[in-house]
Amino acid sequence: MSLHPPDLLDGEAAALAARTTARAADEGAAEIAYARIDGPAGRLVAAVTPRGLVRLAYELENGGLDEVLDRLATKLSPRIVEAPGRLDVVRRELDEYFEGRRRDFDLELDWGLVGDGFARRVLEAAIAIPYGSTSTYREVAGAAGSPNGYRAAGNALGANPIPIVVPCHRVLASTGGLGGYTGGLDRKRLLLGIEGARGEQLPLLSSP
Amino acid sequence: MLRFLIASLGRHDADDAFQETFLSALRSYERLPPDSNLRAWVLTIAHRKAIDVHRGRERRPTPVAELDESAAAPPDVPKPDHEQSDLWKRVRTLPPRQRAVLTLRHAAGLTHAEIAAVLDCSEEAARRAASDGLKTLREELLDVPASA
Repeated sequence: MSLHPPDLLDGEAAALAARTTARAADEGAAEIAYARIDGPAGRLVAAVTPRGLVRLAYELENGGLDEVLDRLATKLSPRIVEAPGRLDVVRRELDEYFEGRRRDFDLELDWGLVGDGFARRVLEAAIAIPYGSTSTYREVAGAAGSPNGYRAAGNALGANPIPIVVPCHRVLASTGGLGGYTGGLDRKRLLLGIEGARGEQLPLLSSP
Repeated sequence: MLRFLIASLGRHDADDAFQETFLSALRSYERLPPDSNLRAWVLTIAHRKAIDVHRGRERRPTPVAELDESAAAPPDVPKPDHEQSDLWKRVRTLPPRQRAVLTLRHAAGLTHAEIAAVLDCSEEAARRAASDGLKTLREELLDVPASA
């Protein structure tokens, strides 16, 4: 006579895990729910808290899923679950945006990774740039209350935890160059192209 | 953890106990010391949930018959091994510590040292409970009345 671990039925553990993580997110046992979202800009990791969308990361450019989640765990809360159902609205709005059918996002945002300082004002200034148009680091710094703080504004935009939805891609260098982008310049071109912003005039390579 | 709960409670109650264990673990995760043995910690929580379910069953005036697991499974998935699930059913009728040791050892795969930590007893006590439990099972299988 020997005792062996009970067999699991096909898909049993995965189905139970999915129901459990959804419940954890609904009941607030988990602080953060995340899902991966695929689209023309590559794979994104989206994370929401009860307050709203807190992170939208280009997975590969941010060191992979584990790295993205580790940072969330360190900076916000380790109580993170994969719960795709909680990201349905985010996924739908992103899909519509990538298909050119959505100009503005109707998503609540959680600024937990940004704080209340200059960086927050810079990102809010970026949100104020209309779909299809662009601004410059200097203008955004000015709108955030510090016209000379364009370098700090550039850093804040580069560290934007919610790209695409907070449209830091609409901020270009004053010289007319593309500037930088958290997801790489190809993606910045892609997003500006979707929006029809200066699509034809964009330099193919940014000046060093 | 799921295999442990199925062994300890049967498939029907394991489902809910799994969810409860996971939610409890999430809620207390931040208070866990950094170098803890995660497997033993999670199974400690699962073990306590299992005890709650067993106590609940004892309080019920008429025990509800366990659902036949093979009947509940859809026809196109492999049926659980009958001989094994019968054996686990017998394990569930053992005294609480023997039941806990056998499920933690043979369903969850914990070492006796880990089991001792989960049950807050000595390693020797865990080994003894395991051997007592196996002895009782063997006697039952041979249809020899278990000696008290």
